[in-house]
Amino acid sequence: MSAVIAEHDEHHDHGPAKGILRWIITTNHKDIGTMYLVFSLIMFFVGGTMALIIRAELFEPGLQFVDPQFFNSMTTMHALVMVFGAVMPAFVGLANWMIPMMIGAPDMALPRMNNMSFWMLVAGILLMASTLFMEGGGPAAGWTFYPPLVLQTGKAFPFAIFAVHLLGISSIMGAINIIATIFNMRAPGMGMMKMPLFVWTWLITAFLLIAVMPVFAGAVTMLLTDRFFDTSFFDAAGGGDPVLYQHIFWFFGHPEVYIMILPTFGVVSTIIPVFARKPLFGYTSMVWATGFIAFLSFIVWAHHMFTVGMPIAGELYFMYATILIAIPTGVKIFNWTATMWKGSMTFETPMLFSIAFVVLFTIGGFTGLMMSIAPSDLQYHDSYFIVAHFHYTLVPASIFVLMAAGYFWLPKWTGNMYNERIARLHFWLSAISINILFFPQHFLGLAGMPRRIPDYAVQFADWNMISSIGAFIYGFSQLLFVYIVIDTIRGGTGKATDEVWEDASKHSLEWTLPSPAPYHTFTTPPTKIPSEHLD
Amino acid sequence: MTAHNNDDVQQKNRNLVRKLVLIVVAMFGFGYALVPLYDVLCDVTGLNGKTNETAVAETQYPVDKNREMTIEFVTSLNESTPMTFYAVTPKLKIHPGQYYTVNFIAENKTDKPLVAQAIPSVSPGLAAEYLKKTECFCFSQQTFAPHEKKTMPVRFVIDPKLPERYKTITLAYTFFDNTDRNQ
Repeated sequence: MSAVIAEHDEHHDHGPAKGILRWIITTNHKDIGTMYLVFSLIMFFVGGTMALIIRAELFEPGLQFVDPQFFNSMTTMHALVMVFGAVMPAFVGLANWMIPMMIGAPDMALPRMNNMSFWMLVAGILLMASTLFMEGGGPAAGWTFYPPLVLQTGKAFPFAIFAVHLLGISSIMGAINIIATIFNMRAPGMGMMKMPLFVWTWLITAFLLIAVMPVFAGAVTMLLTDRFFDTSFFDAAGGGDPVLYQHIFWFFGHPEVYIMILPTFGVVSTIIPVFARKPLFGYTSMVWATGFIAFLSFIVWAHHMFTVGMPIAGELYFMYATILIAIPTGVKIFNWTATMWKGSMTFETPMLFSIAFVVLFTIGGFTGLMMSIAPSDLQYHDSYFIVAHFHYTLVPASIFVLMAAGYFWLPKWTGNMYNERIARLHFWLSAISINILFFPQHFLGLAGMPRRIPDYAVQFADWNMISSIGAFIYGFSQLLFVYIVIDTIRGGTGKATDEVWEDASKHSLEWTLPSPAPYHTFTTPPTKIPSEHLD
Repeated sequence: MTAHNNDDVQQKNRNLVRKLVLIVVAMFGFGYALVPLYDVLCDVTGLNGKTNETAVAETQYPVDKNREMTIEFVTSLNESTPMTFYAVTPKLKIHPGQYYTVNFIAENKTDKPLVAQAIPSVSPGLAAEYLKKTECFCFSQQTFAPHEKKTMPVRFVIDPKLPERYKTITLAYTFFDNTDRNQ
């Protein structure tokens, strides 16, 4: 420990640069991590505001607040902002902060590219947001950009496509950086199978990113040339096929949803052992299950398209392949439960969010299993049932776990303890309201309410009203998180210890560092490598 | 382990980044490669309900008078294509192996010339390869003078090799307005 600090003092570039330039030109992984996290939190509220516009409109049947075009624009932009602006950058932020500290590296492998990928993200999101103010409004064909509908977008169309390009390049650069860091920057003795699971899941996620983001970039480029350069990739009149777009999109899209969930698995696998005071159960099987899920994500894409008129053989193949995903996912749920089994559990806020994740993600998983069954999917397709399904796998999963990660590492980042009392209030408000928000949407979907429509038949009124009430409680209770973060930065409830959580340093390297983590860490590699193995 | 030997790590990083960028470029290409792959796959497996795009020669098949099936004709217009378009006979009882000619009527509703392309699609998709057309207005673009009304024949046969389980086949045509592309 003291060696780390001593080494640090010998360097010339000590602290951060002063003023605003520190943030613009920084190549420090902690600074960039912080910028990613703050940016994604802002985007979380931007996307959340759009969600509340949607829920306000759906509070009652009929058209109240917005016109249908703008409503569709909101569903589209809500998804794009949440996926590309909030969830993905938040995990990149965590990766930037935590991966070097977890593997005993002094920084990311490619610090300058790191800075560039962050600012490209900002540019991409700003470009995307600017489309809302263009003639004809923002893109309103859904985040999937299906042709021919998306080709009817107004002036915003090419800007939305270029925004997607920028976001894609940004996340590809981030992914390359993470792979290089994990492969080349590990401390001596940090073998691959000793890495914390958060590092492992990110490594696999990064490979998914560099494999599928270019395919998406290709698909939207084809849309662009179809609209402006008379190609006919997806235009039936010129010999193309709009269904082809769906195949290409979902070849990207299915791995993409795992890009948002695999790091979640990693964070949970890092948090639960600490609060159960046991090593993670089944470390090796966790790594393999993650890899297997990643592999399967490439061969199941057409389960998003059961209704396009595939022949029966295709439907069956994609159905069975999809059902297969339940096995490695089940392994993970089992391992988390087994980690908690007979553990000396305490229920600090990160643990509460993690346990809620295990329970609620399982619900989302089961509804996924229902929809993997091709003949039933014909009923669920494009209804509120699918909306409920993927929100259960994203909000009480990815978002809850991002909150858990925030509370878990905030003391390490700031050196101060957060206010546990308000944090628990945040948790309980979130956990209850999220179910009020999304559970009724299962009923609506099963009863036949279609998604992406600003109006609905009167028999759907009651559950929609309940859902909207849940949405507003959930949305506003997230402001507590902002309050807690600011309060913690300003001192919180007192200084945090280096280890923060009891015996956390037995699980992972970052807890062997001082709190707050110094600007430069592990300039000399650590000597003792903790691990989750039972040895 | 050499994590802290700078030159060595930088060299390793450079090599790795080169490989990873290669994957990225290859996957971008793969996205485009999916386009011909998709066509080939549809061709080989007969998926997607596409019919022959050029006329086939009229070969004689044995006519199975005992087997009767239904063929339906569906017409539609893409987006706001300014036409009327319908099949004279929307539904026909047929025998596999026998040739039939049916008429479709299309009219340009505007005061300007119109170029339109009809795209056929067969449902169930796997039956498409057994539907052979010797004459069809969909083989090329159709040009309509202002307010011109055309009667357009389609001559077709169902290959008797069509599996018994298909009792009804639907042939759908959609007209796409291609006027802008031809200016």
